[in-house]
Amino acid sequence: MKYTEEHEWLRVEDDVVVVGITEHAAEQLGDVVFVELPDVGTTVSKDDEVVVIESVKAASDILAPIDGEIVEVNEAIVDEPGKVNDDPENDAWFFKIKVEDLGPMDDMMDEAAYKAFIG
Amino acid sequence: MANPHLDADLAQTVFHDLHVELGAKMVPFAGYSMPVQYPLGVMKEHLHTRTGAGLFDVSHMGQVILRGDNPATALERLVPVSIVPLKEGRQRYALFTNEDGGILDDLMVANRGDHLFLVVNAACKEADVAHMKANLADCEVEVIEDRALLALQGPKAEAALAAFVPSAADMVFMDVAVVESDFGELWISRSGYTGEDGYEISVSSDSAVEFARALLAQDGVEPIGLGARDSLRLEAGLCLYGNDIDETTTPVEAALEWAMQKARRTGGEREGGFPGAERILAELEKGATRRRVGILPEGRAPMRAGTQLFASADATEPMGQVTSGAFGPSIERPMSMGYVAIDHAETGTVIYAEVRGKRLPATVADMPFRPSTYKR
Repeated sequence: MKYTEEHEWLRVEDDVVVVGITEHAAEQLGDVVFVELPDVGTTVSKDDEVVVIESVKAASDILAPIDGEIVEVNEAIVDEPGKVNDDPENDAWFFKIKVEDLGPMDDMMDEAAYKAFIG
Repeated sequence: MANPHLDADLAQTVFHDLHVELGAKMVPFAGYSMPVQYPLGVMKEHLHTRTGAGLFDVSHMGQVILRGDNPATALERLVPVSIVPLKEGRQRYALFTNEDGGILDDLMVANRGDHLFLVVNAACKEADVAHMKANLADCEVEVIEDRALLALQGPKAEAALAAFVPSAADMVFMDVAVVESDFGELWISRSGYTGEDGYEISVSSDSAVEFARALLAQDGVEPIGLGARDSLRLEAGLCLYGNDIDETTTPVEAALEWAMQKARRTGGEREGGFPGAERILAELEKGATRRRVGILPEGRAPMRAGTQLFASADATEPMGQVTSGAFGPSIERPMSMGYVAIDHAETGTVIYAEVRGKRLPATVADMPFRPSTYKR
């Protein structure tokens, strides 16, 4: 698992990268009530706004953590946004992205570094 | 939970240390440090209030006593509301209006025999007091500084309060009473701002924390923050001053005709005689050009305050705006209220909201979004 300063996690699974938000992020957001995911097939660049997530408090954008093509999205969290609070680091993944170059992941935080980052 | 950046300029209510002890996340609100949520979280706090009972600190609101030879007649000079016939032991919703017919504040007015007791919004209280002192020279305006205010709301509120004040169970919606208790004199009204049955209780600051702890120890009572208070009042179709009503909205535009009784309308026995009467009375006869309505988005995306509203998917100019919008935990869908041009105000009209650059359909809907459960 790798982590970004935007509180996303990335997990390499076969030839794709699975992306979601961290427990810490879910806790800070509060109860999630709405998730809008990108269309499968969309090509995204790092820092593109790819997901809109709304909690009882406010709307937030989730940025693409890496360049690639969206190959699968998790419709279950669109139907039940509360899953993002229940299990953000497993069941409630956001999308899978096919990445040409995994190199940028080397620069991302590992779990220990992320834990230090969120204090 | 840590609260690292409490602004030193913020006022605190007498319950501040209790909120922190209960794990509240404190935020600035109307010049006060107030609990926005407790560890339960906004969604569960909301749902708990609808099934158990929620205890809210509303001590930031202003408590004012109006005394004089005839305070009801005097106050009618500032509100388009019939106060004179209000019976002792009863309370009524009212509005301070300005010369343009806009709303300066909304408030509760109770007849307590030889005086009126008013509860006004926190952000407006200084201006309201100045407004009354300037315009009600025949009255004494006393701001109550040594009492806290709690709201106890929800189906278990009656049992929780009756444990200490048995007579509270006999009160009905909008009754008020002054009652002696183990916590000193309590000023109780059977009202609130959640759409639930419940009470607002003024208690001496000296015994307020002890009283709050006693209520929290009752079956099914949880502390509830401002976050859930907002979604509860929105489901109940109630206005938040500063969002849904303000100096630029008239009572008729705001769909608050029900708060203006016949006696103060054209042809009534005490017609007019309040600031902005000319415009407000005309609008009561002919209607206004825009109207506050409930809005139910067709999809799941909340339409929040400031969202522009359009008559069609391709209309170029907005015809209205959302003033409050959130997810309704009890109705399990997003809900909004806002102003629309009068020809789009009818229930069932399909309108469009621009959310993140997309026109999303919504329907004009009756409020409350969830039926209220006041004890009539």
